[in-house]
Amino acid sequence: MATPARLFDKVWQRHLVASPDGEPPLLYIDLHLVHEVTSPQAFEGLELAGRQVRRPDLTVATMDHDVPTVPGPITDPLAAEQMARLRKNCERHGITLYPLGSADQGVVHVIGPQLGLTQPGMTVVCGDSHTSTHGAFGALAFGIGTTEVEHVLATQTLRQGKPQAMAVTVDGELPAGVTAKDLVLGIIAELGTGGGAGSVIEYRGEAVRGLDMEGRMTVCNMSIEAGARAGMIAPDDTTFAFLEGRQHAPKGAEWERALDDWRSLVTDENAPFDREVQIDASSLRPVVTWGTNPAQSVTIDSVVPDPASFSSPGQQQAAQRALEYMGLAAGTAVRDIAVDTVFIGSCTNGRLADLRAAAGVLRGRTINPAVRAIVVPGSARVKAEAEAEGLDEVFRAAGFEWRSAGCSMCLGMNGDILAPRERSASTSNRNFEGRQGPGGRTHLVSPTMAAATAVAGRFAMPSDLDGGR
Amino acid sequence: MRAVQLVRGRAIVLDRHDIDTDQIIPASWLKRVERTGFGSGLFEAWRADPDFALNQPGAIDPKILIAGANFGCGSSREHAVWALQDFGFEAVVAPSFADIFRGNSVGAGLVTAQVDEDDRANLIAALAGDPDADVVVDVAGRTVSAPSFTAPFEIEDYARWRLLEGLDDIGVTQRHDEAIAGFERTRPSWLPISGTWAGAGV
Repeated sequence: MATPARLFDKVWQRHLVASPDGEPPLLYIDLHLVHEVTSPQAFEGLELAGRQVRRPDLTVATMDHDVPTVPGPITDPLAAEQMARLRKNCERHGITLYPLGSADQGVVHVIGPQLGLTQPGMTVVCGDSHTSTHGAFGALAFGIGTTEVEHVLATQTLRQGKPQAMAVTVDGELPAGVTAKDLVLGIIAELGTGGGAGSVIEYRGEAVRGLDMEGRMTVCNMSIEAGARAGMIAPDDTTFAFLEGRQHAPKGAEWERALDDWRSLVTDENAPFDREVQIDASSLRPVVTWGTNPAQSVTIDSVVPDPASFSSPGQQQAAQRALEYMGLAAGTAVRDIAVDTVFIGSCTNGRLADLRAAAGVLRGRTINPAVRAIVVPGSARVKAEAEAEGLDEVFRAAGFEWRSAGCSMCLGMNGDILAPRERSASTSNRNFEGRQGPGGRTHLVSPTMAAATAVAGRFAMPSDLDGGR
Repeated sequence: MRAVQLVRGRAIVLDRHDIDTDQIIPASWLKRVERTGFGSGLFEAWRADPDFALNQPGAIDPKILIAGANFGCGSSREHAVWALQDFGFEAVVAPSFADIFRGNSVGAGLVTAQVDEDDRANLIAALAGDPDADVVVDVAGRTVSAPSFTAPFEIEDYARWRLLEGLDDIGVTQRHDEAIAGFERTRPSWLPISGTWAGAGV
């Protein structure tokens, strides 16, 4: 019998082009996603060297990072120039582009799965760290820098030392009100910001299997916040049901052949991992970050921690600094922290299921008048589907601004930003200093908590509303 | 990429862990379509603080940055590497680096010297008494040294070779063109191709 293999090994092995002596292995890339911000220098490098795009048919581009989310022309000349460059580069090299205004434009990690381009067992790369999202389909997907983007454009391969494999097993069922976002923030708190470095994480266990594809994407999306190279979840009937019938999914006999293959993409029994972490789902609670990295979180029922409570001097120093930046005092109850802005969107939580969950909380309610609340669908298609269900009306009636698709306030490149010292409850993925605008203070939460917080004006769960606390 | 055998010069100490790439170069700078001109944006928010390391009178023309663990975490933006280089840094010494940042550094020719936590502390202590002293990051010898201090550092063999030779990765990979073409003939037929270019390039 063959040595038991892990899901990650199986996907890795089937993409090995060459393992030359003294060089890192050469890995074939099935899908290269491109956006306007990390690609212009790569295309320029390619052209300076007189090189071509090897596989334009395996390359797909969109505009997301600095697109405006309000109607009207692009007012930022630098952003307009980046988008014009992308358009020109795609035309010149024959790359399919979903530009601003296209029905399939959107955040690159939302449109890949939506179009059925992301499939089990594939390798997917993009010049964006949240490429780990696509691992939810049992693909090996990771972010790369611009020099690597150029390398993939030219060769459709990447040089990669083989990472280690880590298993994060979440046993049991998630308690009511605990979302995929809370789960992954809980995992990051356990692993730490660098705990996954050099590793591909496979998420396993009953609680992971119980997630829908949107939830699995939320979990894999934030693998990078634990430092991991990628996150993966073995494909199953949930995955196949999501994929079937999508534009680029296999059809007819090809679908059957693909299914047979995809069903083999599981970690074999007794395959050892380089590191294993067990998490008891029943111990998880809804989570809010209090600091300036995604591992600095507490449950909604807690208080802002005292820096002295951390074990190492490094952590104490980091906590002290984070509290100063965030304008928080140790011991403050999380539910007593008032917010100025609520942002619902991003590649972490900008899909239809996320908007449905938030709208479910907002239906028949209005937001606190002191709060500015915006919802930015993850893609133009998510926006259209939400509107077809009337979700836009729910958000608008509650007092939210209903925007167009893009990365928006997740990284604040397009002018959707926080003012200095302004505090947000955000469904995005990073609470770094200045991430949502210089001096802005970001707290990461789930879509349902973001919605409840917009209503309450301070951190709240849906069950807290209407005196239900 | 130009070759890097050895980096010698003044070092700056940023004694913090988890320095993310949003701090190294904020998103507002990512609208540039060039690889150059990012130096003014390096640590932009932190430089507003007069006490910040780069604002000290001695911080002239630094070549080496000494930082805490998990340096370069977060966004994959290679602009972070370009900003460090544009400012004049040629090497970063830290107990650990985020994976993507490390890969980007190799690609752009910035040396990432991974040292033990204790060695980092000793290096900082050695420089505390003599902040103007030259620090040497020797890529060939895999050592970091300062007056009365020497420690080994870790760097992948391939990364080191590329730095020493100043190699263009794409050129090296294209030597395997036949293997890539051979691999492409074996790919399953159901794998997706983008609509417009169905069948092109195969």
